[in-house]
Formats: sequence, C-alpha cells, structure tokens
Amino acid sequence: MARTDHPGEPPASLYEARKGVYPKKVDGPFRRFKWAIMAVTLAIYYGTPWIRWDRGPHAPDQAVLIDLANRRFYMFQIEIWPHEFYYVAGLLIMAGIGLFLVTSAVGRAWCGYACPQTVWTDLFQHVDRLVDGDRNAQIRLANGRWTAEKIGKRALKYAIYLTIAFWTGGAWIMYFADAPTLTQDFWSGQAAPVAYVTVAVLTATTFVLGGFLREQVCIYMCPWPRIQTAMMDEKSLLVTYKDWRGEPRGSVKTAEKNPGAFGDCVDCNQCVAVCPTGIDIREGPQIGCITCALCIDACDSVMAQVGRPRGLIDYCTLDDAETEKAGGVAPPIRKTLFRPRTLIYSGLWGAIGLAMLFTLGQRTRLDLAVQHERSPLYVQLSDGAIRNNYTLKLRNMELRPRPVEIVVSGLPGARLWIDGGSRETARQSLRMPLAPDSVTSARLFVVAPGAGPVRQDFTITVRALDDEPHRDSETIQFDRPGTQP
Amino acid sequence: MADHKRIDEVTGTATSGHEWDGIEELDTPMPRWWLWSLYASIVWAIVYVILYPAWPMIHGATEGVLGWTSRGQLEAEMQADAKRRAPVVSAIGATAIADLPAKPELMQAAVQGGAAAFRVHCVQCHGAGGAGVPKLYPSLTDDDWLWGGDLPTIEYTITHGIRNPDHDATRTSQMPAFGRDGILDARQIADVVSFVRAISHQEKPSASSIRGAAVFEANCAVCHGPAGEGGRAVGAPKLADAIWLYGGDRASITATVTQPRNGVMPRWNSRLDPVTIKMLAAYVYSLGGGEKAPVEAVPAAEGEGQGTNGQD
Ligand code: SF4
Ligand code: SF4
Repeated sequence: MARTDHPGEPPASLYEARKGVYPKKVDGPFRRFKWAIMAVTLAIYYGTPWIRWDRGPHAPDQAVLIDLANRRFYMFQIEIWPHEFYYVAGLLIMAGIGLFLVTSAVGRAWCGYACPQTVWTDLFQHVDRLVDGDRNAQIRLANGRWTAEKIGKRALKYAIYLTIAFWTGGAWIMYFADAPTLTQDFWSGQAAPVAYVTVAVLTATTFVLGGFLREQVCIYMCPWPRIQTAMMDEKSLLVTYKDWRGEPRGSVKTAEKNPGAFGDCVDCNQCVAVCPTGIDIREGPQIGCITCALCIDACDSVMAQVGRPRGLIDYCTLDDAETEKAGGVAPPIRKTLFRPRTLIYSGLWGAIGLAMLFTLGQRTRLDLAVQHERSPLYVQLSDGAIRNNYTLKLRNMELRPRPVEIVVSGLPGARLWIDGGSRETARQSLRMPLAPDSVTSARLFVVAPGAGPVRQDFTITVRALDDEPHRDSETIQFDRPGTQP
Repeated sequence: MADHKRIDEVTGTATSGHEWDGIEELDTPMPRWWLWSLYASIVWAIVYVILYPAWPMIHGATEGVLGWTSRGQLEAEMQADAKRRAPVVSAIGATAIADLPAKPELMQAAVQGGAAAFRVHCVQCHGAGGAGVPKLYPSLTDDDWLWGGDLPTIEYTITHGIRNPDHDATRTSQMPAFGRDGILDARQIADVVSFVRAISHQEKPSASSIRGAAVFEANCAVCHGPAGEGGRAVGAPKLADAIWLYGGDRASITATVTQPRNGVMPRWNSRLDPVTIKMLAAYVYSLGGGEKAPVEAVPAAEGEGQGTNGQD
C-alpha cells in the first residue's frame, strides 16, 4: 500500500501522512446495489428498536430488546434467558460460517457492501459530495486556502457528520431499553449516566472512524482482511483488472494511430478516481481492495463510451484469469459459486440454523434445578426419621404466573415441605405459585423413614398445573446415617 | 544489517535489512496517525501516573493527586451498602421476633443476614449449616431442642448463652454427677441405662430395665419427665427419642450418668448487637427445626413435649 513517492528509493520518512481519498461519483449496477444495501442496513439499524411486539402484561413490548438489568434478550417471538446463552453462541457460529461462505465465494463482499465501517464511510463520502462537490471540487477545496467559503463548508460538513454520528450512538442505546421512554428520559436528562456515556463514545467513534479514518480502518486496523486472505482460494471471485486484455495501456488517440499495439485500457484513471480506498486495481489484487466493485461500474461506462466490450475490470477468479490468459473461456458463474466448499459451508450453516430452530420450538419454559445441601448431608429426627435438605431453583420462563406441583418419587414414605412449612404440614406433594418470567429459589425439606439404603436415588418433578402439561425433573440422592458427610 | 537493505522488486518498497530464513521485512512507513496514537498513549500514561497510585515503593506506592485507593473504594462501597441495607436492618430491629414470619420479606432478609453472621461466629462449634458436632455440640437443624426451638426462645438462648458464670440471665441447670458423687451405685446406673435405652427403643425391656424404671423415677424424672420426654425449662434433653447429643450407646449413656458434660455456650449480647442476634435466631429457626412459638409466647416455655408446638 504505502509506496514511496519514488519507487526504488528507501522511504523518506518512517511515518506517512494519510493521502486524501476523494472518490468520484459513479453510477452502475454495483453502485445501485450498494445504495440498496446501505438503505436496508441503516433502516434495520435505526428502525428496529421502534418495532413494537405485544407479549402480554408481564413483558416489555419492544420487538428487539437486550434487557441487561433483568438479563433477558427479546427478539420478536423468541425470548432468551442467560442460561440459554448457547443460542447466542449458535448465532455467532452461524455468523462465522456465513463469513467463510461469502468469502470463499465472492471474496471480501462483506467488506465492500455490508460492513458498518463501509456503510458509514460511504454515507460520509456522500455527505462530502453534497457539501463540497464531486472529486475535483473536493481536491481543490482541500488544497485551497482557508477562505470564508472553505470555513463555511467545513463547518457545515462536520455539523452533518456530528448529527449522523449522534444518531448512530443514539440508536444503539435504544436496543437496551424501551425506546420511546428512553428517548423522553434522554432529552429530559433523566436517563442513566451509562446512556449518555455510550452515546458520547459512539458519537465520537463514528465521527472519527467514518469522518476521518475511513480506509485506514480497513487497511491498518481491521483484522478481517488478513483472515479473509487466508479464507479465499483460487476459485473465489475477486475484482480483477484483466491485464492480459488491458495492457499495454494507451489513450484512444494513441491506439488509433497504432492499431493492434495497445490493449483495451484507455488509461483514463476512472477506476482509481472512484475507488473509496484510493487504490489502483490495475496493480493487481491487494489488501486495500474491499471488493466493492465501484471500479467495475466506472470502467464499464468508459468501455461503453469508447465502444469496447464491458468487463475489462470484472469479478474473476484466479483460475479463470489463468484460463482467459491462455485464450480459453471462463466457466459459467454458477460453477464458481456452487462447488464443494461453498456447498459444505451452506450445509453446515443451514444445519446449525435448523437445529437452533428445532430446539427453540422444543424448549420447555419450566425448568428445575436441584442441589443437595451438604452441611448437613442428612438430619436425624427425634422419631428416627431422616430429613435431607435441598435447594430448588424453579424457572418459570413463561410470561404469565403459573401454579406448579412438586412431587417426589422413588423414595417410599417420603414427605416434603418448603420454607415456611413444617413437618406437621408435610405431604407427598406440594403446590406453589410461580411468578411470571422469574426464578424462584426455595429450600425443600424431604423426610423419609430411617430404615432404608444409606444412599438412595429418587426423582423430584415439577409440573405446571395450568393448561400446558410442562414438567421437568431431576434425579438426586437421599442420604441416611452411614454416609460420610 | 544496513548492508542488506535493498529495494523489493514486486512492491518497489525498501526492505528493513532484517532477514529470517529467507523472509525479508518491508520497510513500509507506518501511518502517521499511528504515531500520534502512540504519543497520545504516552500522555495518557503520564497523566495516569500523576493522578493515581502507580510507582511501587518499599512501603506502598506513590499516592496520586486524586488520593484514590482500592481500600478507600472498598470502604466507600461498604458504606454505601450499609446505607442501602439500613432501612431493612432497622425494620428488623423494630419488629418483635415472633412477628417476623408474618413479614416474609423481612424474614428472608433476616435469614440472609443471620447466615452471614452464623458463618463468622457460630460455625466453629455448630458446624457449617448448623450440622453440629457429634458428642460435642448440638445440631441446630433437627427437631430436638434442649431449651426450645421457637423464635423468641432461640433469640433468648443466643442472647444470654448457656451456663455463663458471669451472667444472671443465662440459661442454667446442672445434672448431678450420679456416679462420681456416689448418688447411685454401679448396678443402679447399669439398670437406669437399660431403662433409658428401652424407652428410646434401642433395647428390649429386661429385668434390668424394669429395675431401672424405679431408679429413673426417683432420680431423673423430675427433670427429664416421667417418660423421658425431656424438660425444656431446665434444658433437660428428651431421652425417649433417637437423638443423642453425647451418644446413645451403653458406654456413652453410662459415662453421661456418671459424670455429665453440662455444655456451655457464650452469651452473645456482649459481642453482637440485638439486630444481629435477631437475624441469627431467624437463620437458626430456618434450618428446618424451627417451631411455632407457644400461644403464651413466654421465652423458655414449659417443657410440655415438642409435638404440641407444631407450626401452621
Ligand atoms: S479497487 Fe475497485 S473494488 Fe477494490 S475497493 Fe477500489 S473500487 Fe472497490
Ligand atoms: S477505468 Fe478502465 S479504462 Fe479507465 S483506466 Fe481504469 S481500467 Fe483503464
């Protein structure tokens, strides 16, 4: 990337100032696709917290909500508890495999279209064009003296940057609390300090990363390019300048004078002018290229003007490049996209997704966890009976109150009670109400006759008494004298 | 190394002159903002060292102009926590202990606070979770109580201790040393042991136990009750049950009758405040053996047997 000003000489300095990148406006199918992706991703980001979702009286009505205080994650119909964090892990694995899939098929397409750094940089570059004008005007202004016009334009531009950055930070906190309430609290100064701090930090980072650092993030800071380079192979589609077709370069006029001596590239530099990372794709594949394909749009329109076939710069695999150089014809694109590697990734991705959907559909919303109290392991009672104590954790993950019944089985003559009860009220089973969306802890006392095995496994079952026959059970040990505590 | 410097043909960039196993390093200039970040970090570090404790010295570290310490922070957090708990603690203090169960939230808070205090002051004798130590200290989790297991009684026992020589209100009683002092001879002791083991269903009635019944009635029944049902007024244990603090086998009971142990417990009102004692009582009560207070709610209730004092 960082070449010396005069190739062939050692760098003049150990450190290099950033070279301004002023991408030129371009139009074409890829640019329009990129606009569409930008619109969709930004709409999702800014809009999602405002979608309402009725979950009944015991839960928030925000469709997507990360409720840190109550440790719940709501996503439309799905509601995740902390102990179900494996769903989040599953999503992360799917995201990872999805990235493998996309990268092995179409190279750094994630970087070129969907990465937040790209989307916001693109947005900010659009602001540059609105305020300062297109590429040439921007360069002129950047190099020009500080006139009133320049100061005014800079002030306006940074004000717009800041507004966008502020909205970006503001949208983020909406995912963590009820959005309308939080908005009100935020403006009336009543939101939690962490909300203001988060907005301030995200405003600052968006302003700096999107407004100034831009391609520096992609080239120097982001680890993905390195990893992605390792994930691509000779069958991955890359934005490629077809030098076997373009070289040697020459302007239309020169080429007309010397028929047959020049390639298709008219050396108009349009591909360089439109590149958002400021690189020259004609130097070959390089880490600075985020595969956004804007140079394809630029070159195709040039080719159309000079009446040559499109695709001098195009998506092309290393294998296809070899074939075309040798005069052959590249195989159709579907052969490139559907090959064992991409199919295996897709299969894995789909399998994990289906497995998660399946378990989501199957999961029971009543959960029992039992722990045998160890000190003491058992209690000798005055009439010779033995009592063991257990700690119960009952999770009612439904958003409504539920009465449940706790039963023990496999322990003859057992009677039980929980805190607040006593031996006199002990029964074979007991009932208790569970609050909606809650974890209830209780001490369970189980009394059984003194005669019996020193160690005995039995089962504790919790059963919902309302319409749905949800239940959960756990097998646990009952100890009698003779066990070493 | 400098002599190995050369220009790399592919990139046109100078190499740094380093070479490892044929791999050379390009001398690509760093971006300038990276240098600024380094300077900013250095400034940050200097400011941090001035503001916060940083340099280790022989005794401690430099203090930092903000005066922050982790101990100070802990102190502040403890104070904030004490402040946060103050309303609950004073509410527990203001509630008569017998009324605690009627306020489940207060009771729960008391049990939690009591559990913490128990771990500090009580586990040494009564064991983690109140399990007790066989032949030494009673279990607090069972349904057998020497002095009574309702809330006010437990609170009283913790407050005043048992057999405290320096305290008038302490619980006190003394079983005579029937053997050592020659009140009973060896045969009488053997007979009364047989009787006690018979009423606790550890032995079948025998000629010895029938003789022992008379010895028991004359010497033991006044405290332990005619049928060995115990006497809580004097902390006399129930003898007709399965729980034996100092052991229920022949040798242990013989030893007890010959020379009783008369266990002691410190009074805690000299070391703990009334609210902590109240919370300790609530915790002990919650361990599984807690009894409903008798209707008269007299501390150290008459030993009328346990069965009648059930909860609920
Ligand atoms: S070289 Fe082309 S594809 Fe690569 S970043 Fe620049 S414009 Fe995008
Ligand atoms: S846009 Fe196309 S024709 Fe123009 S310089 Fe780039 S490769 Fe050559």
